[in-house]
Amino acid sequence: MTCLPGHTEKKLGLAIDLDTCVGCHACVTACKGWNDQGYGAPLSDQDAYGADPSGTFLNRVHSYSVQPDQGAAQIINFPRSCLHCEDAPCVTVCPTGASYKRVEDGIVLVNESDCIGCGLCAWACPYGAREMDVDEGVMKKCTLCVDRIYNENLPEEDREPACVRGCPTGARHFGDFADPDSKVSQLAAKRGGYDLMPDMGTKPTNKYLPPRPKDKRLDASLLAPLLDIEAKGFAGWLDRVLGKI
Amino acid sequence: MHPAPSVIIFSVLSGLGFGFMCFMALGFLPLRGMWAFWAWGIGYALAVGGLLAATAHLGNPQRAIKAFSQWRSSWLSREGWAAVLALLAMAPIALGDWLGFGVPFVWRGLAAGLALVTVICTAMIYTQIKAVPRWHHWLTPVMFTGFALAGGALLAMQATLAFVLLLALAVVMLAGNYIGDGQFARAGQTMNTATGLRGEVSVFEQPHTGGNYLLREMIFVVGRKHARKLRVIAVLCAAVLPALMAAVGGVGLMLAAVVVHLVGAFAARWLFFAQAEHVVGLYYGKR
Ligand code: SF4
Ligand code: SF4
Repeated sequence: MTCLPGHTEKKLGLAIDLDTCVGCHACVTACKGWNDQGYGAPLSDQDAYGADPSGTFLNRVHSYSVQPDQGAAQIINFPRSCLHCEDAPCVTVCPTGASYKRVEDGIVLVNESDCIGCGLCAWACPYGAREMDVDEGVMKKCTLCVDRIYNENLPEEDREPACVRGCPTGARHFGDFADPDSKVSQLAAKRGGYDLMPDMGTKPTNKYLPPRPKDKRLDASLLAPLLDIEAKGFAGWLDRVLGKI
Repeated sequence: MHPAPSVIIFSVLSGLGFGFMCFMALGFLPLRGMWAFWAWGIGYALAVGGLLAATAHLGNPQRAIKAFSQWRSSWLSREGWAAVLALLAMAPIALGDWLGFGVPFVWRGLAAGLALVTVICTAMIYTQIKAVPRWHHWLTPVMFTGFALAGGALLAMQATLAFVLLLALAVVMLAGNYIGDGQFARAGQTMNTATGLRGEVSVFEQPHTGGNYLLREMIFVVGRKHARKLRVIAVLCAAVLPALMAAVGGVGLMLAAVVVHLVGAFAARWLFFAQAEHVVGLYYGKR
C-alpha cells in the first residue's frame, strides 16, 4: 500500500559526518558490491568498458568547494543516498504499491516484482535517491541493507549497511533515530545534525553532521618547507660554483 | 526534465481525444450512422492510442495492470481508473449515435465529466511533484484542461466555442510561461538548502564522470537554447492561429486548424518537460 504509515516503531537511518568524510568513494563501491548480489535485481552497468560508461548506483559522493563569509575556503565531500523520509513523496505517488515504507523500522523499499518502471517515484524524490535500472526496468534505491542488518548468518559486526561497514574514516553511522539514546541520535543532537531541503516537507530520517570550520588559514602549502632544498657536499660546491659563473 | 516522446504523444493525443469525446457525449456534433461511427472512432483512437503510447515509457509494461491498485494515494493510478471508466461510459453513447438509439442526458453528462476528470488526473501527476517547481502550480491542470477543451471543440467543429476556448488557452499558456519562469526561485531551493552548507557553494568534482539516470531523466539541459522561439511558435500554432481559422469557419479550415493546433500542442508539451527543472539538479550545480 503506498499510503504512508502514520508512525513507525523504529526510524532506522544514517548520520553522515561531513567533517570526517574524505571523499574516497569507498561507500559507493561497497554499496555497489553488496547490492550487485543482494536485494532484488543486480545494479547493472552499461558500456562499462566502453567510451560512454554509465550504471546504477544507490549512493553517490559529491565534492563541493565552499567559501564561507569569513575564513578559508573548504572542500566538503558529500555522500548522497536515500534519506528514508518520514513523509516520503516517492511512496505516495507510486501507482502499483511497489514502493512502500515499512511500519516496523521506517525503511523505504521497492518491491521489484510489482514495479512497472514508470519512474514517477524518482521524479517525486527531491534528492535524486532513486535510479531506474536500465537492464531490468525497475526502480532501484538504497535498502539500508535490509538484507544485512537483520542477517544472522553474518558476524555481528557486519550487521550494518555496507557503506557504513566500508567507510575507512568512520564518517557514516547507522542506528535508530526513534531512540533518543542511540548513538546516531546522540551524535545528531551533539553535532547539530540537520535535514536536507527541509522545506520540501519530506522529513528525512538521515541526518548530516556539519563540517567544523577551519581553525587556521593555510596560505602556503604544508609541503612548502620540503621544497626549499639546500644542497650539501660536492653538490653544494657545484651549486655555488655554477651559480657564480 | 527529459521530454520523452512517448509521454508527450500520450498526453497530447489522449487529452485531445478525451476533450473531443466530451463534446461528442454532450451532443455538440449530432452525427448519425456511419458519420457517428467514424467520429467516435477518431475519439477512441486518440484517447486509447495515447494511453498505449504511454505504456512505451514503462520499464515493465507487462505488469501495467498493477497500476490500478493504488488509487487511494496515487494520481497515476487514479488516472488509469478515470480513463477506463470514461471510455466505458462513452461506449453506450457512441453506440447510440451510430445505431440510432437515445441515451439519457444524465448519462451523457456523467461520461463527459469522467473524460474531464481523466485529463485533470493526468495533469495532477505533474502538478503534485513538489521537486519540480514549474509544474507544482494550479495552472498546470488548468492548462491541460484548456488544451483538451479547446482542441476538442475544434475537432467537434464548434467554431464559436473553439474561438473563445483557444483565446483562453492563449492566455493560460502565456500566464504559464510567465509564472513558470519564477517558480524555481519561489520554491527557494538552492545549493545551500540542498547540501545544508553555509557560504558560497560550488561544485568541485562531480560524483561521477559518466552519465546516469538522474542526469538523463531529471537534469535535461540540452535543447533549452531555442526555448524562446519555440514558445512563440507554441502559442501561435496551438492557440492564436487556430482561433483565427475558427473565426473564419468552414469544415475544411476547421480541420486544418486542428492540425495546426496539434503542432503547437506538441511544441508546448515538449517545452513543458524540457523547461521544467528538478531540484536534484542543484546537487550537480546544474538545473
Ligand atoms: S530520499 Fe527520496 S527516495 Fe528516499 S525516502 Fe526520501 S523521497 Fe523517497
Ligand atoms: S517506478 Fe516502480 S516503484 Fe516507482 S512509482 Fe513506478 S511502479 Fe512505483
